[in-house]
Amino acid sequence: MPKTKLSDFSISYMQILDENGAVDTDLEPSLSKEQLVELYRHMQWGRITDERMLKLQRQGRIGTFGPSIGQEAAHCASMFCMRDDDWFVGCFREHGARLMRGESLVKQLNYFNGYTEGNVGGNPRNLPVSVIVGAQGLHAVGLAYASKLKGEDSVAIVYQGDGATSQGDFHEALNFASVWNVPVIFVVQNNQWAISVPREKQTKSKSIAQKAIAYEMNGIQVDGNDPLAVYTATKEAADRARNGEGPTLIEAVTYRMMMHTTADDQYKYRTKEEEDSWKPKDPLVRFRKYLENKSYWDNKAEDKLQAELKADCDAQVKEFESQADFPRDVSFEHVFGTEHAVISEQKVEFDQELEEENDA
Amino acid sequence: MPKLNMVQAVTLALEEQMTTDESVVVLGEDVGVDGGVFRATEGLLDKFGEQRVIDTPLAESGIVGASIGMAMAGLKPVAEMQFSGFSYLSIPQMEGHASRMRARTMGQFTVPMVLRMPYGGGVRALEHHSESREVLYAHNPGLKVVIPSGPRNTRALLAAAIQDPDPVVFMEPKRSYRAFKEEVPAEPETMEIGKCQIVQEGTDITVVAWGAMMHTTKKAVKEIEKERGISIELIDVLTISPLDSDTICESVRKTGRCAIIQEAARSFGPASEIIACINDKSLLYLEAPVQRVTGYDVVTPYFNRELDYMPTVGRISRGIIEAVDF
Repeated sequence: MPKTKLSDFSISYMQILDENGAVDTDLEPSLSKEQLVELYRHMQWGRITDERMLKLQRQGRIGTFGPSIGQEAAHCASMFCMRDDDWFVGCFREHGARLMRGESLVKQLNYFNGYTEGNVGGNPRNLPVSVIVGAQGLHAVGLAYASKLKGEDSVAIVYQGDGATSQGDFHEALNFASVWNVPVIFVVQNNQWAISVPREKQTKSKSIAQKAIAYEMNGIQVDGNDPLAVYTATKEAADRARNGEGPTLIEAVTYRMMMHTTADDQYKYRTKEEEDSWKPKDPLVRFRKYLENKSYWDNKAEDKLQAELKADCDAQVKEFESQADFPRDVSFEHVFGTEHAVISEQKVEFDQELEEENDA
Repeated sequence: MPKLNMVQAVTLALEEQMTTDESVVVLGEDVGVDGGVFRATEGLLDKFGEQRVIDTPLAESGIVGASIGMAMAGLKPVAEMQFSGFSYLSIPQMEGHASRMRARTMGQFTVPMVLRMPYGGGVRALEHHSESREVLYAHNPGLKVVIPSGPRNTRALLAAAIQDPDPVVFMEPKRSYRAFKEEVPAEPETMEIGKCQIVQEGTDITVVAWGAMMHTTKKAVKEIEKERGISIELIDVLTISPLDSDTICESVRKTGRCAIIQEAARSFGPASEIIACINDKSLLYLEAPVQRVTGYDVVTPYFNRELDYMPTVGRISRGIIEAVDF
């Protein structure tokens, strides 16, 4: 018997706004001037605060963190589609998106200064930073399952990097999401590097988006530095999810402009020339061109925005550094939700030890 | 009052909790149509439907990771691991997220889930189906580890685990699943997690056991009492973590002697922790070194050799007598 064709597969790539500011008017989303400026402001706020955090880290004023610089379109434009009652499930390189979810810079600084207090607050549907790579996609699946079971139309959006796509949990999450047909949007910020391992050593697949095909799920690759393409793909995914049409995998092709974390030296494994080649593709540069071409933006508006954001940043850094000390024994408060004799005994011991040290 | 075996007690607890609390969902491999490989979830699919009794893909990390998300969104998932030996694939989710979410968010998010798993040897099963690795979970701050020993406490503790605000690893001694029946009250009941139970009071020695070892230990205790005419205080640990060391240490202060019966490998096991607690709180009351009767520190042997590995009535009796005669 001859072999028969089982199926044909294809995967799409979308770019709406290119690096020169040229726009595909057929695909251009219908966003108002106010909406576009608001998105631009979010992206700039992410960039400015990230740059400040880098300085603070270098000065020893906060601990290790992974900058998101260069990836603002990938995470801010996707978050721009989401509602407050949607679930936000991040890892640690979607700084701008996290700030869009009602989280203050002060909180982020507390987190990266080694305090769990930085994980509390913001939108009650923001999950905390997830450091283990790739584990959190499954949490999004569970959250989405609960939404569906309760008859809500909220969606879970989860951010991961290209490295995470090699993890078993990533695939288990895609599989569960598709089998259960739950409202999840998996955003993979493919920034080309998982610390020192380049994208082509991470997977042999020509795209990450095509991994959706194996799970019978919608998948698309977009120019992740193009906020209009990211927005459009995510909006379509969110509409489908709310409509009961299940999950989507979005691969946003972008570039990590900085080191993996402040503890990393990226020039051990890649060149300055490579980084420079991505600079013309900067999402903020092209988005500004787009706004200017529409006469929504000019130098004066830019100067005003920069001054405002810088002042806000200064004020929040000042607030961060003028906070009263957090209590030292807070770790004993949240191990269990019920009284636990062993923990209570150890807390007494801990407090006594602190007193001894203070007296010494 | 109906007489049930342990598997029926699990089913009863699940059914009762699902009836009174709509947020309880059951998920795992083969838990729906098949009713679970041990039939612990039999009948639940028909009663509660496939939205709440979920046959999942075959992926333990996926089951636990999705349960964590469900729990954070207000559901109470009761996930079944087919055998405890398969649950290790989900330890990154249990250690990395379930156990920490409360602390990570200072109580903003909690993970009120139950991870049920049959554990332990003695049922002539294949490799990975016979281990007793409760310490892998007990060593994680933020996780509670409960091990029932009979039908009545299974039903009551599983109910408590489902109602508990924290992630509970509920380890079911599969050797006892159908070994005996016991009367359980007609009305739902719960037992407090984190408390040992004094099964019988005595004055000459404290004997501590849990899980399937309780059944074997009871036989040994009965024999010794008859042969030697001594009075044994028998304690069922029931919750491995948080360990109720006060009840054990108080008993040891009364009897001055102690033997601990543990199916798991000897080193770094719960028995070691119990001895450390006795050392902290009751050392000067001891008349003899505390005896440990345990599995050996070897890879759990295949089933034709497993009964030599596990503490038997004979080994348990010799351990108790050694502490008594010291």
